[in-house]
Amino acid sequence: MLEIKNLHARIGEKEILKGINLTVPDGEIHAIMGPNGAGKSTLSYVLSGRDGYEVTEGEVIYDGQDILALAPEDRAAAGLFLAFQYPVELPGVGNANFMRTAVNAVRRKRGEAELDAVAFLKLARAAVKNLSMKEDFLKRNVNVGFSGGEKKRNEMLQMALLQPGLAILDETDSGLDIDALKIVAEGVNALRSEKFSALVITHYQRLLDYIVPDMVHVLSGGRIVRSGPASLALELEAHGYAGLEAA
Amino acid sequence: MSASMQAIADQKYKYGFTTDIEMEEFPLGLSEDIVRRISAKKSEPAWMLEWRLKAYRLWLTMEEPDWANVKHPPINYQELYYYAAPAKEQPKSLDDVDPELLRTYEKLGIPLNERAALAGVAVDAVFDSVSVATTFRDTLSKSGVIFCPISEAVREHPELVKKYLGSVVPVRDNYFAALNSAVFSDGSFVFIPKGVRCPMELSTYFRINARNTGQFERTLIIADDGASVSYLEGCTAPMRDENQLHAAVVELVAMDDAKIKYSTVQNWYPGDADGKGGIYNFVTKRGACRGKNSKISWTQVETGSAITWKYPSCVLQGDGSVGEFYSVAVTNHHQQADTGTKMIHLGKNTTSTIISKGISAGKSDNTYRGLVKILASASGARNFTQCDSLLIGNECGAHTVPYIESRNSSAKLEHEATTSKIDEDQLFYCRSRGLSEEDAVGMIVNGFCKDVLKELPMEFAVEAQKLLAVSLEGSVG
Ligand SMILES: Nc1ncnc2c1ncn2[C@@H]1O[C@H](COP(=O)(O)OP(=O)(O)OP(=O)(O)O)[C@@H](O)[C@H]1O
Ligand SMILES: [Mg+2]
Repeated sequence: MLEIKNLHARIGEKEILKGINLTVPDGEIHAIMGPNGAGKSTLSYVLSGRDGYEVTEGEVIYDGQDILALAPEDRAAAGLFLAFQYPVELPGVGNANFMRTAVNAVRRKRGEAELDAVAFLKLARAAVKNLSMKEDFLKRNVNVGFSGGEKKRNEMLQMALLQPGLAILDETDSGLDIDALKIVAEGVNALRSEKFSALVITHYQRLLDYIVPDMVHVLSGGRIVRSGPASLALELEAHGYAGLEAA
Repeated sequence: MSASMQAIADQKYKYGFTTDIEMEEFPLGLSEDIVRRISAKKSEPAWMLEWRLKAYRLWLTMEEPDWANVKHPPINYQELYYYAAPAKEQPKSLDDVDPELLRTYEKLGIPLNERAALAGVAVDAVFDSVSVATTFRDTLSKSGVIFCPISEAVREHPELVKKYLGSVVPVRDNYFAALNSAVFSDGSFVFIPKGVRCPMELSTYFRINARNTGQFERTLIIADDGASVSYLEGCTAPMRDENQLHAAVVELVAMDDAKIKYSTVQNWYPGDADGKGGIYNFVTKRGACRGKNSKISWTQVETGSAITWKYPSCVLQGDGSVGEFYSVAVTNHHQQADTGTKMIHLGKNTTSTIISKGISAGKSDNTYRGLVKILASASGARNFTQCDSLLIGNECGAHTVPYIESRNSSAKLEHEATTSKIDEDQLFYCRSRGLSEEDAVGMIVNGFCKDVLKELPMEFAVEAQKLLAVSLEGSVG
């Protein structure tokens, strides 16, 4: 279970998150919507431990553990995964090598046996196939020269291989064509289990047609201003965010 | 530094142990007498002694170069040992090599036992001033390849040595080359006869062990018409508080259609985190593409040494000849590197490629210094140069000093240079996937160096990658 309690965070002097309260029980998927600049990506970065964000108040408990005290790599080992809104390019770093290093780093920390190259490649090939990606993706450099949609799919490939307990998807649907959208949704749904939960940040209802959330939250001005069932997303699609900030 | 901190710092340089065996050393300092004694020790013919003495006298008149972007206290050449070797007679066969030496190379990951050796790699092991073993010589000699210590070549193949020694790097070339010519003690000699493709990778493993001893190795590689060879050198030294001098000369000669690929993984002791100790690596490396369509390719991964001063170069004489320089130079803590290449285009349609990747961390300084010179005779010459610098932290320096001289208007030259800091987004991306900060830096740096690392023989590329990561330990956070 993820529990965010009264989370305040700032970048430099500027307070971006102004008291977020949010609970995501295991097995549930929650959507986060909200206007541009609301602090959605900031929340995802603070949860995964990026430098430059100062948490001034509040706490984040995942699986009974205070994760704000952990280094980003230890959060990954604890089961956190962030699919970036803007995936980063790593020139000269082969995708398969990168992912195997990551998977083994996490396995080591979790006390599991490392995968050798052959075992890993078998898993990776299967995951690539599930995501309808071309196999040469494994050979290419991480995100270098990938189209916007391909980058997002590559994030999903990493998620499939890292098998997180809590995934944060930051606008993974943006820039995806309809087929890719379905594939990504299938990827998330395939992970659904008692032990998996997700925060899905999106601007569009269409993703939520495929990944039906247990709850929808509206983040605006650094706070959760409204929460409701899946139907809330439809309401927002019809009326926009106007009037919500005051609520 | 506390004892435990020291232990952590030390453990990063895993080749820092010393070998405890009985050594024979000449008295301290340099004189004509020492030069004579080195020559006598090697049972050299008179012409070789003469050559050395001339070099010594010339050296006395020369001055240390001061144009490189490096700083060090003056070197007292009278406080060095110029010859140190295991006291026992040099064995004739591998089976008789001192077990302590075999263990040393075993620990360094270089088994000298031919059965245990890395498949397809022949090794010449140089320990301080002498070659202690050369593997696979019989296998190689079946195809006519000569691979032996240079001291032996002087005795056994004088006609070849006389013809080529000093023909690429003349004695008077520079201060350290003159010094080396006077006192060089060992190194490798390679001759690949006409039309022969050397059936194995050749390599020399240099180890400095003795205290206060300079290592002056000399390597000479000749590929006759249509011959080809891939050669690799590796270097390590124990951790000692005082600086030690390594002044080598390497000469390559490629005749018509010959190819020489020369790779270096240089991992001399870099000194500790406070800049104490470490090797002064002052090296002259040059290749002559004498024949038409010949090719010389230098690949270097420089991670060690307190100071590196080295410019592996190509003289492109033969029409259509090709020179390449692929370099990764890493400096951390207080290390200083001033390295690069010279590509001298003389022949028509000669081409050269320079790819240099400099990585600086800690308080280190890293300079790329290169010269591309196109002479009037070199019509149709082409050069492509790319120099990239990566900075880790705020206290290090990266400098790029490219000189270009072109006397032929048909020449085409391209130059690209970039300097960047290690990217925070990349670091965070890696870490969010579970990589430790150090592994993340290693991964990004390896990616940055990919274009160079892929030029290394496969067996060594993996080693080099690990080495890069280890060299940068403690450089972030
Ligand atoms: N490094 C930074 N320095 C200053 N302000 C920043 C920085 N990063 C983000 N911000 C500001 O923080 C606010 C929240 O940004 P954030 O990226 O979290 O929004 P978002 O909800 O993800 O928006 P979008 O829907 O456009 O992705 C914005 O006003 C943004 O300009
Ligand atoms: Mg965002």
